[in-house]
Amino acid sequence: MSAQPASAPAGSLDLSLHALVLRAGRLRDGTLAMAWAELRKLHHDHLDIFTRSVQPLLWLFIFGTALQRNHTLSGGVHDYRAYLAPGVMAQAALFVAIFFGLGVIWERDVGQLQRLLATPIPRLGIVLGKAAGAAIRALAQGVVLLAVIAIARISIHWNPLDLLGALLLLVLGTGAFACLSMILASLVRTRERFMGIGQLVVMPLFFASSALYPIAIMPGWLQVVAHANPLSYEVHGIRELLLGVSAGGALWLDFMVVVCFLAVAAVAAAKTYPRAIL
Amino acid sequence: MSALARVEERALAERAVGVEDLVVRFGDVQAVRGISFAVCPGEVFGLLGPNGAGKTTTIRVLTTLLRPTAGRAEVACHDVVREGLAVRQAIGYVPQAISIDGALTAHENLEFYGRVTGVARRERRERIDQAVEAMALDTFLDRLGRTLSGGMLRRLEIATALLSLPEVLFLDEPTLGLDPTARRVVWDRLELLREEAGTTILVTTHQMEEAERQCDRLAIMNLGSIVAIGSPAELRQQFAAPSLEDVFTAATGGTLEEGGSFRDVRATRKRSRRLA
Repeated sequence: MSAQPASAPAGSLDLSLHALVLRAGRLRDGTLAMAWAELRKLHHDHLDIFTRSVQPLLWLFIFGTALQRNHTLSGGVHDYRAYLAPGVMAQAALFVAIFFGLGVIWERDVGQLQRLLATPIPRLGIVLGKAAGAAIRALAQGVVLLAVIAIARISIHWNPLDLLGALLLLVLGTGAFACLSMILASLVRTRERFMGIGQLVVMPLFFASSALYPIAIMPGWLQVVAHANPLSYEVHGIRELLLGVSAGGALWLDFMVVVCFLAVAAVAAAKTYPRAIL
Repeated sequence: MSALARVEERALAERAVGVEDLVVRFGDVQAVRGISFAVCPGEVFGLLGPNGAGKTTTIRVLTTLLRPTAGRAEVACHDVVREGLAVRQAIGYVPQAISIDGALTAHENLEFYGRVTGVARRERRERIDQAVEAMALDTFLDRLGRTLSGGMLRRLEIATALLSLPEVLFLDEPTLGLDPTARRVVWDRLELLREEAGTTILVTTHQMEEAERQCDRLAIMNLGSIVAIGSPAELRQQFAAPSLEDVFTAATGGTLEEGGSFRDVRATRKRSRRLA
């Protein structure tokens, strides 16, 4: 009789470990399935990447060229366009990510979301898969932008490891902002309202970051906001990897902030997702 | 013991679906008011009722999308609240709205739902082939979802729901917005599925003729309650009515429907237009 209480916890431990492994497997399969679907959609509509790349190129070649010789804005970098490149890369990805929530509202309206929520895939898997979809688009857009930068002979580091690191940070940041977008999408009922809220979120995030200018030239209160803005860390990390310049923060801190932001946003989005069907 | 009582007893004993005193409340609105019913394995069970009667809400509880306020519900012998994952693994669900991804081809939609419903990679191709055959999809597998006709979309949706070999298939208005030929094709395929795989089907519909022809038993809902339950013949007898439409009118009080929000009506019309 005494064996029963002793064996029960071991059994339940095995069982919970088994359940954990199964859950992790479902999470992986679900995330991969969602990401696969996004890749297929991109394959069917690959022109989307090029049309979306127009906006960052305008920033780079009109705004950047106009201020090319401005050394205050470029934080000491010789060519402002080089300073601006990581910023517009992150900005373009931010736009992709934030307006990804529109897709969630659309999927809710047409019934795909209800259908997905009634499958065994964990909600976190749906969220991560969607975030991966946004990240894939941002990655493709980032590669196009790098190609244009190379053609325009804008001076950046072409070290493959640095490039990979920069793209990784871009992918993580885009995934995190896509999760934030899904949280917003679960809180609003219509696409029209989401558009308004999306603009309200994107613009402050963009302008109160180091995307266009160094944080050091901002007034004190705005510096506080910029330091609390995850986009600043994403841009800072990409800039350090692509240009070798740092505004003071460490690269590991940039990665850590972006990864933590992704983790928190993904968990929060998985929690708010069920509300999306009501 | 009457035939109806015997069926109910069998349904309660074996029950592919069992609902007891189910209540769903949204704030002050009670969408489902303590309903109870059971569905036998292999049965086609219809939920009928005007807009706002609580049919879709009931299905959402049974598919684990909504938590009931009170009462309990079981699907494939699993509690929908405590064993949600087991329920989701045992069911196929085709919601009222179009759940196919228009940006993917028909084959990619099948592949996608095969993946998210946990069909093992080694079995996926065979299951997809079976579903394609069962729903006669082979002529439009490479077409994008957004280019398919209403009948094709519904058949594809049902095919995606069959990949995991569900014990219970939930179909929320599967023939809404379809022309009579497309409706017939969908039901012919479901009939075959039921005969060959013995799948239990719980369906909501507004089409009385369809319900009479296809469902073994029906529950008519009105204002969140079940007002009549039984086989079509039993219901006609019980209400001394010549047709199921007359049964429906008598059971729901013959009042004009007041349920369904502006959003529901707009969504339904949009879907009908899309499927037409």
